[in-house]
Amino acid sequence: MRFTKQWMTEWLGQPFDTETLVRQLTMAGLEVDEVGNVAFDFSDVVVAEVLDAVQHPDADKLRVCQVNDGESQFQVVCGAPNVRPGLKVPFARIGAELGNDKDEKPFRIKKAKLRGVESFGMLCSAEELGLAESSDGLLELAADAPVGQNVRQYLELDDQYLELDLTPNRGDCLSMRGLAREVSVLNSLTYQDVEQSAVVNSVADTFPIQIDAPESCHRYLGRVIKGINIKAESPLWMQEKLRRCGLRSIDPVVDVTNFVLLELGQPMHAFDLDELHGGINVRHANGKESLTLLDGKVVTPESDTLLITDAEGPLALAGIMGGESSAVSQGTQDVFLECACFNPLAIAGKARKYGLHTDSSHRYERGVDPELQTLAMERATALLLEIVGGEPGPVIEVSGDEVPTRTVSLKTGNVERLLGKAFNADEIIQVLTGLGVKLLDHTQDQLSFAIPSYRYDLSIEADLIEELARIYGYENMPVCRPTAPMRLQPQPEGQLPLQRIRSRLVDLGYQQVITYSFVSPELQKSVQPQPEPVALQNPISSDMSVMRTSLLPGLLSTLQYNVNRQQNRVRIFENGQVFLKESGASGEIRQPDRLAGLVYGPRTDKHWSAPVAKADFFDVKGDVESLLDFISDRAEVTFIKGEHPAMHAGQCANVMLDGECIGQLGKLNPRLQRELDIADAVYIFELTIGPLLATSIPSFRPISRFPESSRDLACVVDRSVEVGNMVKTLTELAGDDVTDVRVLDVFESDKLGQGKKSVALGLTWQHPSRTLGDDEINAIINRCVKGLEESFNAELRN
Amino acid sequence: MSEVQNLTETALKEIAEAADERALDQLRVDYLGKKGQLTGLLKSLGKLPPEERPVAGEKINLAKKEVQQAIDQQREQLIEKALADQLAAETVDVSLPGRRQSTAGLHPVTRTIDRIQRLFESAGYEVAEGPEIEDDYHNFEALNIPGHHPARAMHDTFYVQPGTVLRTHTSPVQIRTMENSKPPFRMICPGRVYRCDSDLTHTPMFHQIEGLLIDENVSFADLKGTLEDFLRTFFEADLAVRFRPSYFPFTEPSAEVDMSCVMCEGKGCRVCKQTGWIEILGCGMVHPNVLEAAGVDSDKYRGFAFGLGVERMAMLRYGVNDLRLFFENDLKFLKQFN
Repeated sequence: MRFTKQWMTEWLGQPFDTETLVRQLTMAGLEVDEVGNVAFDFSDVVVAEVLDAVQHPDADKLRVCQVNDGESQFQVVCGAPNVRPGLKVPFARIGAELGNDKDEKPFRIKKAKLRGVESFGMLCSAEELGLAESSDGLLELAADAPVGQNVRQYLELDDQYLELDLTPNRGDCLSMRGLAREVSVLNSLTYQDVEQSAVVNSVADTFPIQIDAPESCHRYLGRVIKGINIKAESPLWMQEKLRRCGLRSIDPVVDVTNFVLLELGQPMHAFDLDELHGGINVRHANGKESLTLLDGKVVTPESDTLLITDAEGPLALAGIMGGESSAVSQGTQDVFLECACFNPLAIAGKARKYGLHTDSSHRYERGVDPELQTLAMERATALLLEIVGGEPGPVIEVSGDEVPTRTVSLKTGNVERLLGKAFNADEIIQVLTGLGVKLLDHTQDQLSFAIPSYRYDLSIEADLIEELARIYGYENMPVCRPTAPMRLQPQPEGQLPLQRIRSRLVDLGYQQVITYSFVSPELQKSVQPQPEPVALQNPISSDMSVMRTSLLPGLLSTLQYNVNRQQNRVRIFENGQVFLKESGASGEIRQPDRLAGLVYGPRTDKHWSAPVAKADFFDVKGDVESLLDFISDRAEVTFIKGEHPAMHAGQCANVMLDGECIGQLGKLNPRLQRELDIADAVYIFELTIGPLLATSIPSFRPISRFPESSRDLACVVDRSVEVGNMVKTLTELAGDDVTDVRVLDVFESDKLGQGKKSVALGLTWQHPSRTLGDDEINAIINRCVKGLEESFNAELRN
Repeated sequence: MSEVQNLTETALKEIAEAADERALDQLRVDYLGKKGQLTGLLKSLGKLPPEERPVAGEKINLAKKEVQQAIDQQREQLIEKALADQLAAETVDVSLPGRRQSTAGLHPVTRTIDRIQRLFESAGYEVAEGPEIEDDYHNFEALNIPGHHPARAMHDTFYVQPGTVLRTHTSPVQIRTMENSKPPFRMICPGRVYRCDSDLTHTPMFHQIEGLLIDENVSFADLKGTLEDFLRTFFEADLAVRFRPSYFPFTEPSAEVDMSCVMCEGKGCRVCKQTGWIEILGCGMVHPNVLEAAGVDSDKYRGFAFGLGVERMAMLRYGVNDLRLFFENDLKFLKQFN
């Protein structure tokens, strides 16, 4: 909503300081978004009369004029097509400076010679003064404009517009009327409503009206005006008010309805009476009719859409936009003026549905004062008669369901409870009645109010309390801190905070990233074809159209992005929700938290001491293991050969926690690596976060004071034997006192034979209360060797 | 010159020339060992007349002592020299870089959330989280935003299917928490939110932190105090903070909070559009309809709620000038926050 300071001054009979007004409105919840001048900065431009205009001897398009500025007569060469004797125009005298809106230096008017004829000044167009975006001739001032008067004063151009960013609850402020009411309360001024006496009808013509959707249309007023002069021009004052409030002048009928919209907040529409048939019916669409709108768009309104129709079909989308065929045009003689009140619920969301947003729908969605229509109709009629003449008929008013009146009661004690500041009944009544709220009843500690019809937003006690705080000023409300008992909060020690996992990864050199939760369906499919992802109905773009089922697509895209920016070493992780749609009818969406990491390039940054190897599977596995260390006391963690569509078939492991898979790690499938055009191997992991956080509370075990015994075993096995299984077997066979079983060495060599590998394992024992004897250890070792032979066909090496 | 003197001189010479401890050990054995030459002289004392023996014995013992001392001294010197040689040999160029894993860090959004979370946790707020794919009821209806409400237009909602949306704010977590436990409540809910909007100043996903305090005796004054404290603590500056009326369907009264611009200290700059003020968060007293929808007795309990944009806080705190940087994940950007 845009309005001007000058208009406010006219309304309330008092000048305003812009800065104060901006602050007042903003602090009252009517946020001022922008303040601007209504014209360029210019000086020494006065009203002048063209006395004479004759053809320039040497130029077809120029004329040599004599103009009078009230003091002297000047010769001015002018190229405007509309210059003619008798015209009153703005005249920039020698020495005048014309500003602009481009931060450029003002243009200074000097004596000039145009094609050999001297010119002393310049006649101005609206564009040159900043009153229009473009002009095709001089700005024509009224015939009674006083010659010699400064144009800034004459047109009251030392004015500013204020653009408000109104919240959707304040539909009542989408007009000068509503804003003036607010400003009057904020400045303790007396508010004067618009006075408009009823226009006496001079003809008896009417057009029938019927409301078939009474719940959606509270009121519909119609009036016929016959014999208008559509060619008449709107007066400059009206054009200026419209312009300064951001609306263009179209024709006098549209200008008047727009003016009433700005002044009173009542959207109106004028139909060409000749194009109407039968009678008006306000009803819902039947879903089969189509309508060509004023902007040329063709719509087929759905059955929840309210229409203005006549006997032949739809005329307008009620409260949104009129139709093309029934619109007022240059040939219109008789008009039918519509002034209605629609239920906000009937209009809300409808304009959007058809891709529209109009000044009318904006107001109806937020609620138009149901008691405003008669005033608006009379106001518009009176203005129209002044401009385009014509013979008005009587107003026909048809009502639908009445808007229920609202009363709200308020306990004075609740004001302090909610605001932290007490108001007495008189203060409450004073503020609220200033806003048009009427006191109905007043008992000891309870007040009862009638809410004015234009305040749709006031319906409960808290709404009234907010009005008190708003007018009194939020900045004047007290400030304190909440008090509460100092209870200690539970802190489950076994629950690891996610922060701890994140900081371990950070310490391991992984940079956290945050990627969009919606990803490209193609990439997602390459990484994880199952389950089918949750798709968005209205994605922002096709490559962000499905919800991720894995964090890996985001990490891979981030890798690509950085590799393309000359990063040759990337270690990143992300944590967040993934979205898994259950197969089957329920289609329930699970949203577990996951953690995923990616490693690319050398193990560490380059170092002077030695070449740095590329990271491999076991670097990433080590990092995953250090995350699992948090829970290794409460659960058995194992890694088994796994499969993952995004991973290398020979380098993929499932992470098992007490036999349950909680995630996977591996080398990026080389096929995918090729598709993504990444030069080097990529290692990735993805884990479910929940189980990682459930740790155990440490439980003390006595430390043995007796010496440890260690033995190493080296044997040759088939290449396919999993060392993990050998460790497991040894751990079982090595007795209760074994404290460590460790892989010391694994290698392959020609000497061992084709398909063989050597595995060296180190075992350590310690007894809690005595020294273990060699014979005991030897017996265990023999058992172990035998076990390895039996289970893995292992041959002991010497 | 006596034999003792000769031997001693030879021994001392040899000791002085000994290159290492092993050579010294050998010399000790050669001269002072059981079969050593000086020891041998002691054994030959028997050949002397008895009256000469004490003097001769004394002489030999003195010589032994002298040789022993020389050995000890030389050993001492050899050790010192060896250590000095080791130090010299092992001297490194301390200006060369160390061997280590590279430094990484948290995303600036996480860093900001963590900081805000810690501030509120220090005042007894608990952290709650909720689903990002949310039902219409929790995202809108329960927050007093029915289907036709104009406020829905402010949200630009992503739909998964009719009635299921990507949450447009973290406010539904309020509802879920209130539904599942009993007042009083003191909680904050950080998380991702989604709006169907993408341009210079909007990304389709961003982060919010929602705060909620419900108790029997909470007023708008408490809200003002809490948020003033929060902004000043977060920015570590004595900021001017102002509350002005606004509108959110789920609060009444509602307020928009501005703080004096941290970039220009309120003097007016590009960031604050020359106003000296920065709009930083929205808040208000929880609407009774919201309390009732979540099963909280709105006569007994009142409370406040607030919501803030994490990226905006991070931009102001760290001077980031482009919102989109947060989701490009350029390592050169991210590493600035490590």
